[in-house]
Amino acid sequence: MSILVDSQTKVICQGITGNAGTFHTLGCRDYGTQMVGGVTPGKGGQNVEGIPVFDTVEEAVAETGANATMIFVPPPFTADAILEALDAGIKVIAAITEGVPVLDMVRVYEKVRASDSVLIGPNCPGLITPGQCKIGIMPGYIHNPGKVGVMSRSGTLTYEAVWQTSAFGLGQSTCVGLGGDPIVGTSFIDLFKLYEQDDQTEAILMIGEIGGSAEEEAAAYVKQHVSKPVAAFIAGRTAPPGKRMGHAGAIISGGKGTADEKVAALEDAGIVVAPTPADMGQAVVDAMKK
Amino acid sequence: MKIHEYQGKELFRAAGVPVLQGIVAKTPDEAAAAYEKLGGPIAVVKAQIHAGGRGKGTVIDNPEQHGVVLAKSADQARAAAEGLLGKKLVTIQTGPEGQTVNQVFVEAGCDIARELYLGIVLDRAVAKPVLMVSTEGGMEIETVAEETPELIHKEHFDPAVGLEAFQVRKLCKKLGISGAAAKAAAKFMPAMCRFYVDYDCELAEVNPLVITGDDQMIALDAKINFDNNALYRHPDVAKLRDLSEEEPSEVRASDAGLSYVKLEGNIGCLVNGAGLAMSTMDIIKYHGGKPANFLDVGGGANTDQVTEAFRILLSDPNVKGVLVNIFGGIARCTTIAGAVIEASKTVGFDVPLVVRLEGTEVEEGRKMLAESDVDIITATDITDAAKKIVAATGV
Repeated sequence: MSILVDSQTKVICQGITGNAGTFHTLGCRDYGTQMVGGVTPGKGGQNVEGIPVFDTVEEAVAETGANATMIFVPPPFTADAILEALDAGIKVIAAITEGVPVLDMVRVYEKVRASDSVLIGPNCPGLITPGQCKIGIMPGYIHNPGKVGVMSRSGTLTYEAVWQTSAFGLGQSTCVGLGGDPIVGTSFIDLFKLYEQDDQTEAILMIGEIGGSAEEEAAAYVKQHVSKPVAAFIAGRTAPPGKRMGHAGAIISGGKGTADEKVAALEDAGIVVAPTPADMGQAVVDAMKK
Repeated sequence: MKIHEYQGKELFRAAGVPVLQGIVAKTPDEAAAAYEKLGGPIAVVKAQIHAGGRGKGTVIDNPEQHGVVLAKSADQARAAAEGLLGKKLVTIQTGPEGQTVNQVFVEAGCDIARELYLGIVLDRAVAKPVLMVSTEGGMEIETVAEETPELIHKEHFDPAVGLEAFQVRKLCKKLGISGAAAKAAAKFMPAMCRFYVDYDCELAEVNPLVITGDDQMIALDAKINFDNNALYRHPDVAKLRDLSEEEPSEVRASDAGLSYVKLEGNIGCLVNGAGLAMSTMDIIKYHGGKPANFLDVGGGANTDQVTEAFRILLSDPNVKGVLVNIFGGIARCTTIAGAVIEASKTVGFDVPLVVRLEGTEVEEGRKMLAESDVDIITATDITDAAKKIVAATGV
């Protein structure tokens, strides 16, 4: 097993005819993902290297049976694209697009949470179940099928973590990039629930960063509800307050959202926290020995 | 993006949020004329910089000169402007180097009966904007939140609907507002919430919000941060950007599509991805060094961007070495390697350069660097990279 996506998942790409959309659609297909179609309004009937393009998501779902989508449309149209996927009944929606206005996400968030669909992102690398299904922009080859569920608010830092767990021979069950924006569709807690129930996942690695309180909330949840070994890393220990570190979400404001607070909450929940980004793999190994 | 108080108040006025009359001045004479035009008997001269705490802040080398000054005559207004214009004002938010005052806002006085606080931000935990009010007007709201959180009253609202009338009544009750002032609040609070949504704000803060002797509600300050991602739908707001208020190297970086934050240390960092960039700073610090910056070249970085990134890093005189940490995903190691070689020709390195490459096209990228004549210290992983750059910069 795995979580959210597997070899049976049928994926479309919204924004397939754009540069990034085309490039990563083909990258996902090369990895082995069932890329069954794409959507670009006005370009229905065309194809991208044999992958059919549709005008609407509704049509794409009817023709292909797609149950997942990755969204590459420009930021002003991303909220609409997510809502269209939701309307068409797509179960896993990965919004890769960076730069979506926050208030657009307020509107979308409520609708997503009221549905039985899952939104990953926006501003995220996507998700991957190694050897089965890659939806997003991560380099596939660093992943190996295995035991560790990896979830993160950061893209390249996830690659670093995956690479380290692969080097330890642990491999990954499913890796999910939650996204770096203030409002994202899926939280650490949502995924803890799924990883906890997943047979393949034997340990969970959570990669957080400064800003907000998602890590503290996750720590409280783990303390109560998670029986599997958990390791964590928090990026931004040395970031100064009031400065936004790239991600709109990564800002310490009013003395809240510091790395120290987060690390303390995690350790209090029995989570092994890696002291540096080079120790994420080791932290998982240590958590599994505990 | 931030704007000045006087600009914020112009937007407030247009949105039906009551503000006082005021005139912006760039010279002492203009400030005196503004006083005359407003008609006295009192006016307030306020330094316009993108930082809070101006009232308590003082000018460098002149601790008597505060950033907000009461004037009772045109001469006093002129003197206040003289004391501020062209000077560096240091507040709790500017850092010790202060920020240059290029203009002052001369604003009419008013009869203040009560000072309140009002702020609107996004509450990430529930993914909705939240209106916060407090009786502790004029105080640092962070301090209030820390020491007396029970004095901050909150109401979440749906952006599509705005603040409901009953929510205003609840807040008025908690603030001890009734009668004509409560009627003023019934207009003021929903207008502010509408403003927050209509302009895609990240933060809209009025501190203090005053109730006058005749029960008017007036925004005495205006602190607004806009969501940069939404500026495309507010070209009128985008025009208000004041580049002189921003760190020049950060402006240069944002023009090149790079995410850069200048820091105090001496090790320049060039990284792809915000999380990895933060972690690279962390691990440098862990091994005893001090990062000079946060720099995320992003996923689709091209040669021009990376070259510009090197130029920005090396133009910081504090930088004694550069660490390049790339985990190629969308960004290919070959692109980065090519850019490093290109930058060494066009920019030139006179400080040690440590490069750690991993990810997409890593073998080819490493080969390109090895075969080039650029003087590079290569690193195998991020611990190795951090140790080598710390050693090379001799800290």
